[in-house]
Amino acid sequence: MASTPRKAAVLAANRIPFARANGAYRRASNADMLGAALDGLVARTGLQGERLGEVAGGAVLKHARDFNLTREVVLGSKLAADTPAFDLQQACATGLEATVAIANKIALRQLDSGVAAGVDTVSDAPVALNDDLRRLLMDANAAGGPLEVAALLPRLRPHHLVPEIPKNAEPRTGLSMGEHAAITTREWEISRDQQDRLALASHQQLAAAYDRGFFDDLLTPYLGLQRDDNLRADTSLEKLSQLEPAFGTGEGATMTPGNSTPLTDGAPTVLLGSEEWGRAHGLAPLAFVVDAEIAAVDYVHGHEGLLMAPVYAVPRLLARRDLSLEDFDFYEFHEAFASTVLATLKAWEDPAYCKERLGLDGPLGTVDRTRLNVVGSSLATGHPFAATGARIVATAAKLLHEKGSGRALISICAAGGNGLVAILER
Amino acid sequence: MGDWYQQLTSHPLGRQATSLLGLPGPAQLRRGDDPPPGPVLAGDAGKGRLGAHLRRVLGDLHLPLRWPGDEATGAAEDDNACLVLDATGLAEPADLLSLHTFFHEPVRRLAPSGRVVVFGGVPAEASSPAERAAQHALTGFVRSLAKELRGGATANLVQVARDAEGGLDSTLRFLLSGRSAFVDAQTIPITRSATDASDRSRPQADRVALVTGAARGIGAAIARTLAADGAHVVLLDLPAQGDRLTESANRLGGSAMQLDITDAAAPTRLADRIAERHGRLDVLVHNAGSTRDKTIAGMDAAAWETVMAVNLSAPLRLTEALLDRELLSPTGRIVAVSSLSGIAGNRGQTNYAASKAGLIGLVDALAGQVGGEATANAVAPGFIETDMTAAMPFALRELGRRLNSLNQGGQPVDVAETVAWLAEPGSGGVNGAVVRVCGQSLLGA
Repeated sequence: MASTPRKAAVLAANRIPFARANGAYRRASNADMLGAALDGLVARTGLQGERLGEVAGGAVLKHARDFNLTREVVLGSKLAADTPAFDLQQACATGLEATVAIANKIALRQLDSGVAAGVDTVSDAPVALNDDLRRLLMDANAAGGPLEVAALLPRLRPHHLVPEIPKNAEPRTGLSMGEHAAITTREWEISRDQQDRLALASHQQLAAAYDRGFFDDLLTPYLGLQRDDNLRADTSLEKLSQLEPAFGTGEGATMTPGNSTPLTDGAPTVLLGSEEWGRAHGLAPLAFVVDAEIAAVDYVHGHEGLLMAPVYAVPRLLARRDLSLEDFDFYEFHEAFASTVLATLKAWEDPAYCKERLGLDGPLGTVDRTRLNVVGSSLATGHPFAATGARIVATAAKLLHEKGSGRALISICAAGGNGLVAILER
Repeated sequence: MGDWYQQLTSHPLGRQATSLLGLPGPAQLRRGDDPPPGPVLAGDAGKGRLGAHLRRVLGDLHLPLRWPGDEATGAAEDDNACLVLDATGLAEPADLLSLHTFFHEPVRRLAPSGRVVVFGGVPAEASSPAERAAQHALTGFVRSLAKELRGGATANLVQVARDAEGGLDSTLRFLLSGRSAFVDAQTIPITRSATDASDRSRPQADRVALVTGAARGIGAAIARTLAADGAHVVLLDLPAQGDRLTESANRLGGSAMQLDITDAAAPTRLADRIAERHGRLDVLVHNAGSTRDKTIAGMDAAAWETVMAVNLSAPLRLTEALLDRELLSPTGRIVAVSSLSGIAGNRGQTNYAASKAGLIGLVDALAGQVGGEATANAVAPGFIETDMTAAMPFALRELGRRLNSLNQGGQPVDVAETVAWLAEPGSGGVNGAVVRVCGQSLLGA
């Protein structure tokens, strides 16, 4: 049995443009969007009717009927119907976790090919029954006969009409992600100006990437949208500085709708495979998935910021690969909030923090900002939660392909205090 | 927008009304692989050199064949559907009377969507002034006969060079079939013999074709036709057309490529992709086109440059990149979609007509350059029913539709089938030709 691990290659990618919530995709379901992204990938690669090893995908906001979302999408796609699929979910890291899962199976020769994907819609989010009403209905379902059901009727209350709407809040703290990030922003003293500059760079670099055709083979128009509609190519520091704060209070309220990601709909896909499989299908590797590391932080009791887990994951990954933070040509860091990226960079430069929290001898190092999110990231494209990971993998792989060689570090923070990081190489 | 006039005249009452007014009725054209609805009458005028070749091709078609002196096959009372004449033997003007002899009777009873195919020699190869005159006379004869035919019938002239007799097969099959529905009064040169080992029903099997501007209209039809012929089609169009491309590529089992062909990096990107994915290209169809209509006095330079960049510079640069990298296969086929405007000229289209005439020049040059059994040809569509022509003002559209011998606009598939014929592996004998798909338009004739 061949058991030596092999390299899993990123062979192609496709996504639909990301759309701000309740906009261009308000009538599209997760299945519609993921289906469109997957069909675009199949068209780009000419894989109609092909049986792929497996498709992994998931959504954060998901209807109960979509329990098998990815497999259902595969069945409706142009891929062979005997292509297996599974759903997974790790909040904002879903797309990257799907990539790692498929890449690992390819490395272990359990698969020759696969697709990693993610999708999210806040425009078609599941709205559930009021939980008290739901319990009442479950009791009615379990009741022995009509009389027992009738006996439950007096328990109906007017508040039962109020539905359960998904909240962008941590269950254990009740704080929204933005409110959590505001705490971190204050602790690390990240200024409004720094945040706005990062947001500006994201928009400008994404716009420039579109203009030079960077996304020609990464994206397919959908429902009339040809580019991410959150992109503001003409924004300026002045415009960004005029926005009212959205999170935090008083003097420390530096986080605005301009330097925080908006609620977004969208879906990306990434085709992975062994080199041999790629060769047999005329698909040359864009880059290889080398390694990944997951970390989590105790943001409930442990006094660490909700979105700071990647700060812990990266040094562990670097140590395992015998690399330093400076050994990368591209840093693709998810911009949940501009301040999240800035706090992450600052933490790695802080000797006391690195010693006490990360157990290092000194600062982890400095990220060359000219190599950070060089074609923009979530602040400009938007951030459909489960979709971001696969979008970033595609971008990093294409950047490495363009450069011809090199190494990229991907970092994604996620709800629940999770953080997933990965290395791509070419 | 459908052809309301054709619908009107195909209704008995409407037809009565239009005949009273003396208006022509557009026929329903035979299209696709529907066989001719009757026997083939073949013959020769003088001592032609194509007899054996014509018999071979016609025999393979398994059609009832009537050849003077032979025993006829098929029912005697059926109207002929095809009249095929070998006129390569015409050596002097007096011999031309044999045209009258051959066509005088049978042309009166030609079946609907009938076909006249006259084979001549290449006038420049004639050994005497008398022969050259006689051979050249055929062009005027066929063009006039085409105008006299009714019921969707067409007439075309094929000029077969010496020693190129083995190269006429695919062309004769095409002209007799419904695939040539809107090709009328053309002179098609066969310049050399060709080999053809391809499967007749899937001539493009195992071949890779690239079609630019494939998202819609004529380009989409070309992609569809080449895919039906067995090719793996790479459908290329602007990134903004990506969703349409995806849909077509997935339906046809092809692949989509989103690329702005006017981009400086486009030739490299295309060549890289062809090299990486397929290793070679067998069919290259330059179909992408753009219009910015204004008279030259009212046109800005940007309108000029946009049209020139898409229609002419891009095909030139893409082709050069593919040839430089030796990606065009030995039986490669380059087909450029030119336009009748490029031949006849059109008010308000100086930029467009210049670019489309330029394409003809490009094809001339490439025909001499591609080497091996590869070819480069152009098709020049006339009035074709597309989104673009549907958007024309009513009167102009009607004029466009009626000003040809078939009294109707062509369909995108008519252009596509013509491209597909030139792209066949068996069409190596046709090189450097410009074939109009215009139903014998009065423009530029």
